[in-house]
Amino acid sequence: MTGISLTINGETVEAEVEPRTLLIHFLRESQNIIGPHIGCETSHCGACTVDLDGKSVKACTIFAVQADGADVLTVEGLAEGAELHPLQQAFTDNHGLQCGYCTPGMLTRAYRLLLENPDPTDEEIRMGIAGNICRCTGYQSIVKAIREAADKINAGEGAD
Amino acid sequence: MTPGSFEYHRPQSVDEAVALLGQYGDEGKVLAGGHSLVPMMKLRLAAPSHLIDINGIDDLKGIAEDGGEIVIGAGTTQAEVLASDLLAESCPILPEAAALIADPQVRNCGTVGGNCANGDPGNDYPAIMIALGASYTLRSADGERQVVAADFYEGVYATAIEDNELMIAVRIPTHADGAGMSYRKIKRKVGDYAIAAAAVTLSMDGGKCASATVALTNVADTAVLSAAAADALVGSAVDDKAIDAAAEKAMADSDPAEDLRGPVEYRRAMAGEMTRRAIREALARAGGS
Repeated sequence: MTGISLTINGETVEAEVEPRTLLIHFLRESQNIIGPHIGCETSHCGACTVDLDGKSVKACTIFAVQADGADVLTVEGLAEGAELHPLQQAFTDNHGLQCGYCTPGMLTRAYRLLLENPDPTDEEIRMGIAGNICRCTGYQSIVKAIREAADKINAGEGAD
Repeated sequence: MTPGSFEYHRPQSVDEAVALLGQYGDEGKVLAGGHSLVPMMKLRLAAPSHLIDINGIDDLKGIAEDGGEIVIGAGTTQAEVLASDLLAESCPILPEAAALIADPQVRNCGTVGGNCANGDPGNDYPAIMIALGASYTLRSADGERQVVAADFYEGVYATAIEDNELMIAVRIPTHADGAGMSYRKIKRKVGDYAIAAAAVTLSMDGGKCASATVALTNVADTAVLSAAAADALVGSAVDDKAIDAAAEKAMADSDPAEDLRGPVEYRRAMAGEMTRRAIREALARAGGS
């Protein structure tokens, strides 16, 4: 076992992990942070996407020991109390989800995308979420939701 | 899916990393971006006893110019290649290719060294590095050596790198002769390897092709340098006839396997078509038409 210390959604966490424990398993099984989902487990689908030190990564293909000292943000960290993040609100308002399985990864990825590129074109949104697969929506409403959230954030409505 | 057990090492310097590689030999594996290795560990196709994580080594990161060469640290990520002003200016084929590798999350992890050293014929950089005349800096506890990219690849996952060696940098000669470059890739979807792809460099002098290189991705056990395709271009005006001749030579040098990406004939034809498109783009960039 290896000791790790990291920040998850603003809270400091110290834990002992087996080196082979994947970050997604550590989050879900050890920390009960079950927003990030396990989809393909082969780094294709993006359902496990989290923010690691300000970069989007797929938590199924990173070991928890690699996150030692890191700042991790999951979908649980997006809302401010009862107030949804503008992205979450926009996904709700625009039918940006149906079954919801991909949604935590979509939201976490879109969150970082808008920090990297606050006013993306639809094409840039599509390329930005190219690592996140949705099998329900056909993506149109997801792109629309991200576009709307960007506009609202840029207009100063909502946090971040 | 959880990989088998291993001991985790996180060296802070290249010296420390190569000492560990020397100590553990074929029981040790380098963890760079991990997006080829970790899936293989989950499937138990790889089961290293010691995993040597090089992500904490600052000396392996960075892109710089050094006396007629561009030097890219092996630990530089695809995302960093995409964001590099130096590469956009002096070697745009690399950021253009990086945009065709995997997806944003994977590009945040995947490294230049990993892509070059992994030895998977589907990796995109090997053909590009071969076409660019690049070389790889390999370091072990015994010292350092340079291996030309064209001599590095021996077979599927078989390369010239020894168990005790770490790839620390890729060195790419600066193309000061106004050469145009292009990488054209056809793939089924984001995140997939190429059905076929072609890397071309080409320089023109007085309306004739003065020099050219053509290399192919994922149409044989390793990246393929097609000297015959390049020979079909050199001395020509790079007109349609010469381009078709070069594409025919590239197809003849291809030996693709039938897989989910299509039958042999299709994949070979795509190697030809990607060669045509890459030649045309490289020509336009070299100031030809």
